Amino acid sequence: MPNMSPKKAPMPSQDPNVRNKNFLEVATGYTEEVAIEEAQRCLNCKHRPCVNGCPVHIAIPDFIKEVAQGNFAGAYDVISQSSSLPAVCGRVCPQESQCESKCVRGIKTEPVGIGRLERFVADWHNAQTDVKVNKPESNGHKVAIVGSGPAGLTCAGDLAKKGYDVTVFEALHLAGGVLVYGIPEFRLPKSIVQKEVDTLKELGVKVETNMVIGRVLSIDELMDDYGFESVFIGSGAGLPRFMNIPGENLCGVYSANEFLTRTNLMKAYKDDSTTPIMHAKKVAVVGGGNVAMDAARCAKRLGAEEVYIVYRRSEEELPARKEEVEHAKEEGIIFKLLNNPVEILGNEDEFVTGMKCIKMELGEPDSSGRRRPVEIPGSEFVLDVDAVVISIGTSPNPLIKATTKGLDTQKWGGIIADENGLTSREGVYAGGDAVTGAATVILAMGAGKTAAAAIDEYIQNKNK
Amino acid sequence: MYKIVKKKSLNPTVTLMEIDAPLIAKKAEPGQFIILRVDENGERIPLTVAGYDREAGTVRIIFQIVGATTEKLNHLNEGDYIHDFVGPLGVPTHTDGLKKVCVVGGGVGCAIALPVAEKLHEIGCEVHSIVGFRNKDLVILEDEFKACSDKFVLMTDDGSYGQKGVVTAPLEEMIKAGEDYDLVITIGPLIMMKFVVKTTKPYNIPTTVSMNPIMIDGTGMCGGCRLTVDGQTKFACVDGPDFDGFKVDFDEAMKRGAMYKPFERHAYEETCNLFKKEVE
Repeated sequence: MPNMSPKKAPMPSQDPNVRNKNFLEVATGYTEEVAIEEAQRCLNCKHRPCVNGCPVHIAIPDFIKEVAQGNFAGAYDVISQSSSLPAVCGRVCPQESQCESKCVRGIKTEPVGIGRLERFVADWHNAQTDVKVNKPESNGHKVAIVGSGPAGLTCAGDLAKKGYDVTVFEALHLAGGVLVYGIPEFRLPKSIVQKEVDTLKELGVKVETNMVIGRVLSIDELMDDYGFESVFIGSGAGLPRFMNIPGENLCGVYSANEFLTRTNLMKAYKDDSTTPIMHAKKVAVVGGGNVAMDAARCAKRLGAEEVYIVYRRSEEELPARKEEVEHAKEEGIIFKLLNNPVEILGNEDEFVTGMKCIKMELGEPDSSGRRRPVEIPGSEFVLDVDAVVISIGTSPNPLIKATTKGLDTQKWGGIIADENGLTSREGVYAGGDAVTGAATVILAMGAGKTAAAAIDEYIQNKNK
Repeated sequence: MYKIVKKKSLNPTVTLMEIDAPLIAKKAEPGQFIILRVDENGERIPLTVAGYDREAGTVRIIFQIVGATTEKLNHLNEGDYIHDFVGPLGVPTHTDGLKKVCVVGGGVGCAIALPVAEKLHEIGCEVHSIVGFRNKDLVILEDEFKACSDKFVLMTDDGSYGQKGVVTAPLEEMIKAGEDYDLVITIGPLIMMKFVVKTTKPYNIPTTVSMNPIMIDGTGMCGGCRLTVDGQTKFACVDGPDFDGFKVDFDEAMKRGAMYKPFERHAYEETCNLFKKEVE
């Protein structure tokens, strides 16, 4: 008999006023008992709509059934057939618009906590010390992966499982892409990312850090000189956009990428870190996406007394996940909606002293279907802040495009790839933010997975 | 991990190291830089490539001990390893088609200016070099500059060696004497480069400056190194580090460079306490 409770088993979390002063994980995860209880809410329905809501098509009812029976190792086996990074996805996927949005239980009550259960299973697996990964037998074919973010790691994992000799090239000193430099420790502990990368290494994936492809080696060299039969480009969309308003180069104005990289990758929040960061008292974060929420919540944890989210539309249009907005509010982040910065003000030493904003109202819907924000004349005011974080989006890094002949890109920089990830170059595939522009972790993983299948097919056909 | 295959002290605060990094050695060009991290918890710092040996597979860096990280780096010896070493980054210095160039280096910037001067010399360009140091004890690479320069002037602030004064004085003299440079390339402290530009501008001699802003990743993903050039925001790590000196906003660059001064001072003191050494 299924558990007919209308609500998901709640996720235990740190108290908002405690957690906004530390970088420990906010949500602490299900216990075994709670996981089994929540798993029993799944009706194990025949048409399995949840599976279609998952970009990597995890056999959700199958793994949940194992959890319900207390067979967590079996549950992990089911998940790992489809996903290489379950501990990550269980935490950062927007399940409300993916698997859980399709859950039958969700029609009348709350859907099954699929993400929470996936996370539980992955964490349970990672806590086992004696699990050995079976390294697949080599098929003798070499594939290079450019970038070790979610797209690259997923593509690498899938190909390694098929026996490919996979090398991942990463420009930074740690693998993980946005999972290590972007998403903060309190949402995704870095030890978990490291664990998932280590699992890939056990599968035989080689990870070469400090390798900026396009500078130290080109894609042509990888294929012509190093014997890689195919290359997957998962270099992301890491180029920050600025607003081009006066004062943007004052001391104390950061791109969200810089602010988060210093905080997360370089651990500037730790007292003994050698990488500095400004511990500002009043911080404005410009933008309304998940990255803006992350930056605001980091600023609070770095000791800011007041942190503002400054967004030009209204709450309804905020692109961030609802849960992230809720968490931010609980932690005391102040939302300045329908406001747009027009100038950043500084003192004679060129440090930020304030940000001049103008109030907005919503006009007619634009081409994206969202109502266009329109300035209200004469409504300017100054927000008293000493640091500003610009989080209005990123675009694909132009380096790969500039150094790879014959690789077609969109005007805005995205690599042009077909539905299988194939680019304009034979044997060269691409996926994730490098193709779509800034999107989500799970979409990048889906693209990595699709490309891995296409690369497998390409190499097998070529060698027939 | 990247092995230190050679270490040599050039003066009390400047050290040369050759690092085993064959892939970077194969690709590096004058004007490019690397980013390194001394140890696992270290910060990332940019250092310009001061030379490379493509056959031996080594990259030369020359650094001045100015803070915590360079102090820690200087405590490593031949045979030790640097945790991370990534490059070559940035755009190489443009040298094609130049016939007569004046290279102006200041302090440890001379280490970066040298490979540029050598490359120009190699391609048959007439090279005049002006190098400046605070005093005699700080002079580096004098013989190397002489070997690749058609004219060589050495300045010290206090006159303890070479001529007394700053680099802009002989530069202006040479321009006035009718030296028709295609280009002046200057590498050194921001304040020196600013004054070199002030010197060349009235004569409208194109002047390239090698900028040295704060960097983190060095690959164009954060904008920490941004500068205003001709009213536009540029990222020094990918668009530079070389820029048209007439168009760079030096005052802004100097303010941004000083942003973390108190933190840096504190970190340096802590590191020196660790090594039981006075901060001068």
